[in-house]
Amino acid sequence: MKRALPILAVLVVLLAAIAVANPFFLEPAGFLAFLKRAAPLVILAAGQYFVIVSGEFDLSVGSLVTAEVVIAARLIDGDESATWPVLALLVVVGLLVGLVNGVVTTKLRVPSFIVTLGMLLVLSGAVFLWTGGAPRGALSEGFRVFGRGGLGPLPWSVLILLAMGAAAIWLMRADFGKTLIATGDNERAAALSGVRVDRAKIFAFMLSGLSAAVTAILLGGFAGVSAQVGQGLEFSAITAVVLGGVVLGGGRGSVLAAMAGAVTLEALFTLLNLYGISGALEFTVQGVIIIAAVAAGAIRLPRKFTPRRGDAHAAS
Amino acid sequence: MPRHKAAVAVFTTLVLAGCTTDKPPAVQSSAPAASASQTAQGSGTGAQSKFFVQADFDAQLAMRSQTPQGPTDKPWEQAIAPKMIDTAKYKKDGPYHLCFSNAAVNNPWRQVGWKTMQAEVGLHKEIKKFTALDAEGKDDKQISDIAELQAKGCDALIISPNTTATLTPAVTAACGKVPVIVFDRGVETDCPVTFIKPIGGYAFGADAAEFLVEKVPAGGKVLALRILPGVDVLETRWSAAKVVFDKSKVQVVGVEFTDGDAAKTKSVVSDYIQRHGKIDGIWMDAGATAVAAIEAFEDAGLPVPPINGEDQQDFLQKWKDANLTAVAPTYPTYQWRTPIIAALKILKGEEVPEMWNLPQPKVTSENLSTYLKPNMPPLHYALCGCEDLPGFPETWGGKKS
Amino acid sequence: MNLLTRARRPARRGQARGGLAARLREPTQVVFLALLGLVAVGWVLVALDGGQFLTMESVVGIQQRSAALGIVAIGQTLAILAGSLDLSVAYLISLASLVAAEIMAGQDGNIGPAVAAVLAISALVGLVNGLVITRLQVHAFIATLGTALIIKGIVDHLYDGPAGKVPESFQLLGYSRIGPIPVSALLWAGVAVVAWFLLSRTRLGYRIYAVGGNEEVARLSGIRTGRVIVITHVLCSVCAGIAGLLLAARLGAGAPTVGTDGGYDLESIAAVVLGGTALAGGKGGVAGTVGGVLLLAVLDTIFNQLEVNSFVKDVVRGVVIVIAVAVYARRGTRRSA
Repeated sequence: MKRALPILAVLVVLLAAIAVANPFFLEPAGFLAFLKRAAPLVILAAGQYFVIVSGEFDLSVGSLVTAEVVIAARLIDGDESATWPVLALLVVVGLLVGLVNGVVTTKLRVPSFIVTLGMLLVLSGAVFLWTGGAPRGALSEGFRVFGRGGLGPLPWSVLILLAMGAAAIWLMRADFGKTLIATGDNERAAALSGVRVDRAKIFAFMLSGLSAAVTAILLGGFAGVSAQVGQGLEFSAITAVVLGGVVLGGGRGSVLAAMAGAVTLEALFTLLNLYGISGALEFTVQGVIIIAAVAAGAIRLPRKFTPRRGDAHAAS
Repeated sequence: MPRHKAAVAVFTTLVLAGCTTDKPPAVQSSAPAASASQTAQGSGTGAQSKFFVQADFDAQLAMRSQTPQGPTDKPWEQAIAPKMIDTAKYKKDGPYHLCFSNAAVNNPWRQVGWKTMQAEVGLHKEIKKFTALDAEGKDDKQISDIAELQAKGCDALIISPNTTATLTPAVTAACGKVPVIVFDRGVETDCPVTFIKPIGGYAFGADAAEFLVEKVPAGGKVLALRILPGVDVLETRWSAAKVVFDKSKVQVVGVEFTDGDAAKTKSVVSDYIQRHGKIDGIWMDAGATAVAAIEAFEDAGLPVPPINGEDQQDFLQKWKDANLTAVAPTYPTYQWRTPIIAALKILKGEEVPEMWNLPQPKVTSENLSTYLKPNMPPLHYALCGCEDLPGFPETWGGKKS
Repeated sequence: MNLLTRARRPARRGQARGGLAARLREPTQVVFLALLGLVAVGWVLVALDGGQFLTMESVVGIQQRSAALGIVAIGQTLAILAGSLDLSVAYLISLASLVAAEIMAGQDGNIGPAVAAVLAISALVGLVNGLVITRLQVHAFIATLGTALIIKGIVDHLYDGPAGKVPESFQLLGYSRIGPIPVSALLWAGVAVVAWFLLSRTRLGYRIYAVGGNEEVARLSGIRTGRVIVITHVLCSVCAGIAGLLLAARLGAGAPTVGTDGGYDLESIAAVVLGGTALAGGKGGVAGTVGGVLLLAVLDTIFNQLEVNSFVKDVVRGVVIVIAVAVYARRGTRRSA
């Protein structure tokens, strides 16, 4: 929890700065609108957290989100009755992609950076091969309601976020969480003490795939079919997780902090927008803040040992 | 550093020693002089783009009212104020091998165009071979592609440049060997036999801005949404709109970049609605995210103000369903048919316009129903001119009925 | 296990000609065999399609296509061997091309200052990357991603399209060739040879392998690991700068998107691991990377000749990279078993 403190402090400062510039932000509707916008990234970051804390990367989530939205549009094709079967299919596809990532990483011993980079290429190529280059079909209103609509004043995406967040926290408190952290901390030691390391990692990748599927449902719902809906999301998600103080290389950090990191990132975007920082310089500010935040987090650590760069296979 | 200098020295020596170079001789680059007209400060539109050229702007706006020559039912064969040139020196007997260096197929506009071009090729029996290389949006690859195509025995080379300035040397090199046809974006040399394009970005931007100025009450707040800065064909659209807005009574409250991302567009519009309470008009430099902008108003429970989109089906459908006050200037995808037609004319020694300006119609509420085709996919461009081509509509992702 | 590999290495370095042979084992052999195989397959496929595969133009094309990526990948190899990686190269390439073209401004006399400025700026970026990683203890992924964003912001803020002008004489760097070998490929070869020499014949090279193999052990054995990592990042960035110069010569101008359009960040990493260098560091070398880059370029050329659409290319590229690395991993385990 100590590692989560800096990010929470940064978050509070950012939220206060937003509130000063835009008092509407303090009203429930304003804050809910912000959360609704942040929800997809927060969910994606939670999924990415499982992979990172186990010592791996998942670079495929961005193109998985795009692929899922394109698949949904083509299969639903405006037909309301297809909504629920397709939703179920999307979840299955997400889990399946995670399964493949996980199995290739653990069983074939390919670094996850490469596996998921390959998956990124395969997914973005395959889905457009299937649709002939551009998305076709359309999403149904029933599909879009998750990203657009709400239960009374509460947007569905915020409710889904709360449910997913609670489940993630519960998972990390359960045995699975301890197994996963042990795996990321020291794979060999964990294996020797009887932890089924491979199984834990595969499960982590599947959770990441699942979160990408949910993100796709929310983003597709929010803004409709687009060929670039997932563009760059993998880097945003990893950045968010790291902002939350989770250490690349695994073994340290909490899922709550990772999700807080995502909210912080979204708050940062909102703030830069509000203060009218020139569109381009926004990236520069973002870059400086990311490095500074991670550096601030790292320097608190005793200097004796930084976890291995790269990934856990370094140990082998 | 010494290493590099040494390398430079070595290769210079080698060059002096008479080695081969694929580099074309000095390029007569006529970079457009930035004659940016100074702008009314405080209009909210910012400084004028350095891409703005007053003469081109005037010419394009004038072209809108000229009657194009050629068959009215085939706008892709029409030309506005053509200055015909003789092509007898390129005449040769068929069958022909046509080559095409494509900048990319990475967006729906290029996808629709590319399919249309392939179908056009299928119409002509005299084309025995059609070789196309896709540069995947990379300047460097397109330069290599153009060099590679020259070795394939092409009778004519069609180029859709990825960027204007950087492809100029490669196009110049190709001009010496085969007749070159350039379309969509131009290059900074007049060596191609013909350059095919719709009227252009100024006309697009002005069409949309003039509509908004007419429909938005004086003092009304207009939000301008742009995809990204620096792309010439998009810069001209905005710079024309800026000229129109600066002369009008509407107030441009913001110019935002959306990266062409629907979610970002929707968020930006929601932010402006929140901040200003009311937005009276939306100007867009491309229609791909128009529906997302509209939805931002719907989700806020507000009426949709006057807006412009483009000829994409999802926007046209929304326009009809929600009975919007809207206009859709176009950058027609039927221009992908013209290069093939031009290449064949050139190889048969027939005259072609030196600058082939295609008509650039706009979709209005009067003609909306002729362009709206519910059986086509949402990101299809209505002005593909592909309805009469074999394989329509399935090849373009549409359904029969 | 790394310790064992590491312990053997000095002995190999001791042998006069053993160094080259040592580096040509395992993955490097695999990648060059695969390259040969691919050329053969390409030949057959293109012949069946009614074309000619290894024409003069396509050989020149393969080299032109791979030179810029090749140079970046050499630099990336150094960073990866030291256990780091660099995601900022793509934006740095764009920046370098702009700096070069702006300073040159079409004047022959400005080539020297422009080249110097590009190399200086690149070295500076590398220095920042290295120091952020070692001193501020930021993971290389995040540090270089952050630098990438910073450069992106600056470039996008200052430029909204191609700018500057490269004089004719410098454009020759991008276009000239000696027989079938373009000058750009010679430049790439030069960079590769220098890097190979550095890795196999100098103390620094030995330290790079040591740090990448096991940073703790390297530190304990008296190597200043931080300094080694900083140096590899400076070299990596300088390579990116050189690639930027080359692209400026090709394009005749600087372009703010030339680096990202080419996907030089992830693609250079892919080429390095395709060449058998372990992503975790400590294992691999320059020869493999050259093979990896050529493999990708030949693949591209085959696709080009057969006019395969870019979506198929992505799928094949993704599968090839993963399978290659899986094969290396398999061999690695067998050997250590």
